[in-house]
Amino acid sequence: MKPLELVCPAGTPAALRSAVQAGAHTVYCGFADETNARNFPGLNFSREDMHQAVAFAHQHGSKVLVAINTFPRAGDEDIWHRAIADAESAGVDAVILADVGLLAWAAARHPGLRLHLSVQAAAANPDVINFYASEFGVRRVVLPRVLSVAEIAAINREIDVETEVFVFGGLCVMAEGRCSMSSYATGKSPNMQGVCSPASHVQYVQDGADMISKLGAFTIDKAGKDEPAPYPTLCKGCFSARGEVSRVFEEPTSLNAAQLIPQLAKVGVTALKIEGRQRSRAYVAAVVRNFRAAVEATAAGRPIPADTLTHLSEGQSSTLGAYKKTWR
Amino acid sequence: MKLTLGPLMFHWPAEQWQQFYADIADNAPVDRVVIGELVCSKRLPFYEALIPEMIERLQAAGKEVVLASLALPTLVRERKILAGLGEVGLPVEVNDLTMLTHLNEGQPFTLGPLVNTYNRGTLEWLAARGATSVCLPPELPLSSVTVLAETAAAWGIDCEIWGYGRLPLAMSGRCYHARLARRSKDGCLFVCEEDPDGLSVDALDGKKFMAVNGVQTLSDSWANLVGDVAALKAAGVTALRLSPHTGDMSKVAQIFRDAADGTLLPDQAISELQQINPERRFSNGFLFGEVGAGWSHSGA
Amino acid sequence: MENDTTIPRIPGLAQRLVAPLPPPLIGSLAARLMRQAGKSHPELFARLGEHAYKRYEIAPSDLPFVFLMTPDPAAPQLRVLRKGRASWDCRISGSLAALLGMIHGAYDGDALFFSRDITVEGDTAAGLALRNAIDNSEIDLFEEATALLGPLRSRAIPGLTPLVNALERRTGVALRRVEL
Repeated sequence: MKPLELVCPAGTPAALRSAVQAGAHTVYCGFADETNARNFPGLNFSREDMHQAVAFAHQHGSKVLVAINTFPRAGDEDIWHRAIADAESAGVDAVILADVGLLAWAAARHPGLRLHLSVQAAAANPDVINFYASEFGVRRVVLPRVLSVAEIAAINREIDVETEVFVFGGLCVMAEGRCSMSSYATGKSPNMQGVCSPASHVQYVQDGADMISKLGAFTIDKAGKDEPAPYPTLCKGCFSARGEVSRVFEEPTSLNAAQLIPQLAKVGVTALKIEGRQRSRAYVAAVVRNFRAAVEATAAGRPIPADTLTHLSEGQSSTLGAYKKTWR
Repeated sequence: MKLTLGPLMFHWPAEQWQQFYADIADNAPVDRVVIGELVCSKRLPFYEALIPEMIERLQAAGKEVVLASLALPTLVRERKILAGLGEVGLPVEVNDLTMLTHLNEGQPFTLGPLVNTYNRGTLEWLAARGATSVCLPPELPLSSVTVLAETAAAWGIDCEIWGYGRLPLAMSGRCYHARLARRSKDGCLFVCEEDPDGLSVDALDGKKFMAVNGVQTLSDSWANLVGDVAALKAAGVTALRLSPHTGDMSKVAQIFRDAADGTLLPDQAISELQQINPERRFSNGFLFGEVGAGWSHSGA
Repeated sequence: MENDTTIPRIPGLAQRLVAPLPPPLIGSLAARLMRQAGKSHPELFARLGEHAYKRYEIAPSDLPFVFLMTPDPAAPQLRVLRKGRASWDCRISGSLAALLGMIHGAYDGDALFFSRDITVEGDTAAGLALRNAIDNSEIDLFEEATALLGPLRSRAIPGLTPLVNALERRTGVALRRVEL
């Protein structure tokens, strides 16, 4: 059996090289602007970086996907159109899109370019996946992180295109691409600016031994001296509801579905995605190496080796997320 | 300026549902009513049987009726619900592109606020496919609304924006009402019924922030564009959406009607809306401010 | 090394090594090291963008002083100051081992943040930009330090390399770039 394709994050050219050298079959990345959903300070690829990255990856037998997965701003669509054209001329293996207008544009103007549907499109059932395939020629769908393994199996039975699912990293609890919590508090959103709970609006305040996280005008977390600090992401924050303080939406934990790889292979998933373009090359190398060993083990019918990734996880703990139905 | 009553986002007892829509039919000066379930398919059986009669009543009162459709259909049962909506013969509001695949050839449809219509390319593609109206995503700034209103006008379709009510901020596979009650989603026992306008979720510093409604997350504040009608008209907006809440919704609609017609001054309209529910906080920041939660009418 | 979950604590050692040196001397050495690193990694400035002009306080928690740095490509500045003296836009603090490990790719910055081994105060976006730019540059401070030796470099390296390697082994602190 062929191992599942490992799709690995790269926020910088150095991280891309680390991912390739650690065994990534495929690396995904984005241009250094608002056209992708990890538009963070100091991250991403210039046009020249992209050319070099594709050359490096191809030389080592790895593929490169470019995420152009924000929703173009009305009146400035040409910024996103240029990103698609430049990705194609850099020789990338596919672009990852979410916006209907952009998909239609790419299908019409770049017929030779392979299209993947971003998780930001939140295509969560076979009807809509088949729609994206038939209307725009989408070849692969990144499934939203709200589905159980049984639901993924059911989807794969009714579609012809490939599916890619997240197996490690930060977990969106909301349907991706359908969330404006960040812009409600900060004016900047994943859909429009490619940022969620952006660093520019985050303040960490030391209050004695406690560390308080503020996002815009709102205090969303507090960590005691020896407690792990979470990302200052809205949906992982601590809030008060009905007089009780709790993590209303999700714990600051991250997904680790390594043990589910055999099941995911069985239900017909093509590729496994690792989240974390905002992370360092140390993270990328460690996670990719572990997951490469895991997919090789699965392909050879061996048990998944135990991993050593807990310290890299947010909240230093991990979850199976929606893959387990009780998560809901 | 047209007024649209959006679909009820909350879980109300059937009797309250019936009284609410009867009052809308009889008293609310709205042009269009979107009716049916948007948020959670488990709620539908409670009032499904009442819908056909209510549609007739609304139509008899001269309202255009549009069927709501689910925002995040994943289950087979939910896809069947969408397929059923395609058979009714009324226009359907699409809130997930899945609905497009269940429409009959030539069946009119509208685009709801949860479809990601962010730019010209997307609006043109959907208009070419037959959309007769678009309610833009609430997080869009006025500059985007202006561009899209122009596109909508070129295609001869209505350009609507979220005018009143808690703003829909997110949808999830997880039910937060059930989670807060320490119940599973399947065993939720419809705890969301306890919060007819949503359950407040405050920041740690006590600031009012958001609200949950089952699988949906909303703003704490009530969007309120009643004081911005002139700016919206100038931007080319042709319809305002009022989202159902408890309280006198027909009166809310009347205030919006009067403000849109210029018979009620903006400040007066805001203060009348505040008087109906003094504890509600307003926002118009997505369109006119730095952040969505912002509110730029100090005089109210 | 990337799977290490504990960061070595070396207050005694760090203190012994650097504390006796006068701050102006450390400052001048560190400033030369920074300019050298900037020369060999010009891409670092491009990645920093507007954040290159911010004042960063790098505060090793186990040293009695801090580094105040403005990466400005036209005129990079670095000074060593006693704790609490500097005004800054962004302050990054943590043990010297954590900071060096992050620069050298031994540790992931977010993981250090989760575990509270480093803290970021002030302009969080500037801190993020600096971390990402340094991570992409794959800086090796040992290489940069030896580059400062100019023509003596090739003669010094055979002697210094085993010394640094031994020190790394002994302390567990990443003194050179980690090959991932």
